[in-house]
Amino acid sequence: MGLKGRDVISIRDLSRDEIEEVLRGTRRMIPYAEGTKVGDQLAGRLLMLAFLEPSTRTRLSFETAMLRLGGKVASITDPALSSVKKGESLHDTIRMLSAYGDAIVLRHPNEGAGRLAAQASEKPVINAGDGAGQHPTQTLLDLATMQEAFGTLSGLRVVLLGDLRYGRTVHSLAHALAVFGAELVLASPPSLQLPEDVREDLEHQGATIREVDQLHQAVREADVLYVTRIQRERFADEAEYAKVAGSYRVDSALLAGAKTRLIVMHPLPRTTEIAPEIDGSPHAAYFRQAFLGVPTRMALLSLILTGKAV
Amino acid sequence: MRELKITPIKNGTVIDHIGNGLALEVLRIIGVKDLDKDSTVSVALHVRSQKLGWKDIVKVENMELSPRKVNAIALLAPTATISIIRDFKVREKRVVDLPERIVGIVRCPNPSCITNQREPVESEFDVARRRPVVLRCSYCERLVDDFLLHLA
Repeated sequence: MGLKGRDVISIRDLSRDEIEEVLRGTRRMIPYAEGTKVGDQLAGRLLMLAFLEPSTRTRLSFETAMLRLGGKVASITDPALSSVKKGESLHDTIRMLSAYGDAIVLRHPNEGAGRLAAQASEKPVINAGDGAGQHPTQTLLDLATMQEAFGTLSGLRVVLLGDLRYGRTVHSLAHALAVFGAELVLASPPSLQLPEDVREDLEHQGATIREVDQLHQAVREADVLYVTRIQRERFADEAEYAKVAGSYRVDSALLAGAKTRLIVMHPLPRTTEIAPEIDGSPHAAYFRQAFLGVPTRMALLSLILTGKAV
Repeated sequence: MRELKITPIKNGTVIDHIGNGLALEVLRIIGVKDLDKDSTVSVALHVRSQKLGWKDIVKVENMELSPRKVNAIALLAPTATISIIRDFKVREKRVVDLPERIVGIVRCPNPSCITNQREPVESEFDVARRRPVVLRCSYCERLVDDFLLHLA
């Protein structure tokens, strides 16, 4: 089944073949995202952006992707100014948007909003993050970054570092990596470990998972170090947050024994997890990762709206 | 048939081989309040069973279960068997079978799930694992194993 006309709500909606199709499309879209080629693949198409929760990177990269390929966007960027504020249900808001545009991108504070929107809409819906829930285009661009660096995803040893408990985007990434046969190594403060049920679910899908306490050792053997931000809002107590947030930091000392090819990734924004001194190192892949958000979304939008990504 | 400590019923449903201690949950699903007021409901708790060791039994007069309720029973009591009685005879015997999808029976325990907001939508779960049963919310993807605590 091709991606034309499809909803993308969770990474689970995409088969391995479909993910690979998006990754191939991403590579072809890079020159368009860089501006070295000018595209009109999406000329005449209108994308509706419904960002009912703040976002800079994701919204801008969707807009950029659409505009670079000759398409147009119309958006709700401030829910306070829309009828959502008047108590309109998400269901009704989406019905209206689906009557106006060719596809909808939704960011919403509640988990599962993407799925509900897909049911309400006659046009394809792309979930751009629903609360602490799914954010499949983040997972796609994460995969694109690893694939660009290594040429493959299978057999990669990926250390997931940070908030593995609440960071649900990490769960989606872990799921996708498991599908591609990567090895997952978990490193997190004790209070932020991967929930047992999520771990069991991943293992049930055949994932290879290991937990480590010694970050140094894990980093020495890793191909990818994927760092996440610890979210302040998850902690009731500022002191507890400071304690946990200060418990890991990626700096030159940590990377001293790493493989030459190790890449450090982060979905951004970062706070103190990665020292700025790493930015200039060949290991730093997080800004490249942020850039790849554009060609990844170009490829996905093209596949959904036209059935091809060239 | 030593288990027939409860009198036979003329018309209705017998739910047998309910896991020990789960009969009251099954009654909740059947919705005793909605029954014909002349119906008798008999419950046997902690009955010897060759198959299960101990089991519960529920008999309800003048009621046949809807498919939706059968699904719900499958969730709570996967070992249950359902017999439809007409004129004192077993007319139909069903083994409950957990469907792929559970709609409207369990609430999502995630307070931030869109199904717990004021949206026109019913809760819905996919069966992520069967033994033991683990459900995955079709909306927020939360995994739920303590669904008995979250019956709608």
